[in-house]
Amino acid sequence: MISPAVIPFPQSETDQAILKASPGEALVAGEALSLSLGGRRVLDNVNIAVHAGEIVTLIGPNGAGKTTLARLLLGLVKPGSGRVIRAPGLRTGYVPQRFPIDPSIPINVRRFLTLSVRVSPSAIRSVLQEVGALHLIDRPISVLSGGEFQRVCLARALIGMPRLLMLDEPAQAVDYAGELQLYELIGDIRTRRGCGILLISHDLHVVLGASDRVICINGHVCCEGVPETVANHPEYARLFGRDAGKAVGVYRHRHDHEHDLSGAVKCGDECGHSHD
Amino acid sequence: MIDDFLLRAGLAGLGVALLTAPLGCFVVWQRLAMFGNSIAHCGLLGVALGILLSIDLTVGVVLVSLALAALLIGMQGQKLLPDDTLLGILAHAALAAGLLGATLVGGARLDLMGYLFGDILAVSNSDLWWLLFGVAAIGGVMAWLWRPLLAISVHEEMAAAEGVNVGFVRAAFMLLVAVTVALSIKLVGILLITSLLIIPAAAARPFVSTPEQMALGAAAISTAGVLAGLGVSLQLDTPAGPSIVLVLTALFVATVPFLLRKNAR
Repeated sequence: MISPAVIPFPQSETDQAILKASPGEALVAGEALSLSLGGRRVLDNVNIAVHAGEIVTLIGPNGAGKTTLARLLLGLVKPGSGRVIRAPGLRTGYVPQRFPIDPSIPINVRRFLTLSVRVSPSAIRSVLQEVGALHLIDRPISVLSGGEFQRVCLARALIGMPRLLMLDEPAQAVDYAGELQLYELIGDIRTRRGCGILLISHDLHVVLGASDRVICINGHVCCEGVPETVANHPEYARLFGRDAGKAVGVYRHRHDHEHDLSGAVKCGDECGHSHD
Repeated sequence: MIDDFLLRAGLAGLGVALLTAPLGCFVVWQRLAMFGNSIAHCGLLGVALGILLSIDLTVGVVLVSLALAALLIGMQGQKLLPDDTLLGILAHAALAAGLLGATLVGGARLDLMGYLFGDILAVSNSDLWWLLFGVAAIGGVMAWLWRPLLAISVHEEMAAAEGVNVGFVRAAFMLLVAVTVALSIKLVGILLITSLLIIPAAAARPFVSTPEQMALGAAAISTAGVLAGLGVSLQLDTPAGPSIVLVLTALFVATVPFLLRKNAR
């Protein structure tokens, strides 16, 4: 599964434990990533890997370096130290944080999807169908609602048949019901396509329910593991408040497998506290 | 060759319109008007250089524009100052240096007003050849870069994640703008050339629904405006640049109700 020439994992017991919970091929890995921007240490010694077929969620407060980490893994920025290893020939799809499209650019959904790929009209229709946005195909991008635009962006990320999807705050500007649907859709995409998905979020309960593995960062990796573990972790409670963990499990989509809770926990060395 | 200066002016106007309008759409989409201004303002420096080295003045302008564009490409992503502040400093320093330089080396025989505001009488056969070359070369490069340029105009990082070489495409585009501005200065003048990039694109926007339609629409509006402006200039004996820009502005103002109606829907 994992080619040692590409990804030198597993290295430690904790890595082994993480890989056990996520048996797919490693698609991208960051080793000891550090980066300073404008004199501020945004990321400090972060290790992360995303495997085929798993949904990994990055959570953390604003300014925790979530987006920066995703940009590093995509190769959009270079790390100050550490390195990013990508599976050979890896195709990625990226939905950045909600962004405005300049209304001076006249462009409809069909065209937006094919800006950097050439695909058949039927492929365009089928990917829009997959995200439930086929009715928007001829709509100008500038008139879409927040939720519609997120689905269209998801379709654009999918159209190049990526093996790794990076979705930065996909539920922003989407109401609660729409949020549930969106995460359900993301789960379906993972099941259907078997791609690895890195989700970034600062909203907690829904996204935790939809993930296989959660990594909580605040400049460094605070804690990581299956959602239940992270939700009960003291570092998580410190970052998000005592009651944050209680909301987890409100929505648990496709909870069709069990995890060994203790086995999948990993605490960053920087946390400065021990676990029992 | 072409003896009739009217015909030469008309052909030059057509060439300038076809060069600037499609490129101008990307200038509008990427909010690069200030960049165009900075490039244009260094034009006089190129004239001074041309006189100093006794080379074709157009070559001098192209060289200096390319040098400034290269400098700006190198400074992309700098975080020390806002981009428009830095561009503003460069633009005005280049203009001031050009004014001084052109006065010093050109002396009384230099038609400063002609360079600042355009001079149709000065359009020579060699200028026409330059424009013809420009339309062919820049048109070719634009066609080649069209898709990646459009992709980075919509969203740079999505395009980058999808494999578009953003740095290369952006740099190539900035060089295209530099050459276009340099070739168009003779007709419209250093101070007004940016308007040929942005006004036709802005005027075309309400009537189009694809990027290609916008480029063609801008080219059509620009052609009409440039030729009509030249006509006005000849009739009233006014400088070419301001006449063209005012006609184009009138065309743009006429489209504003359509823009408002489109946005209200």
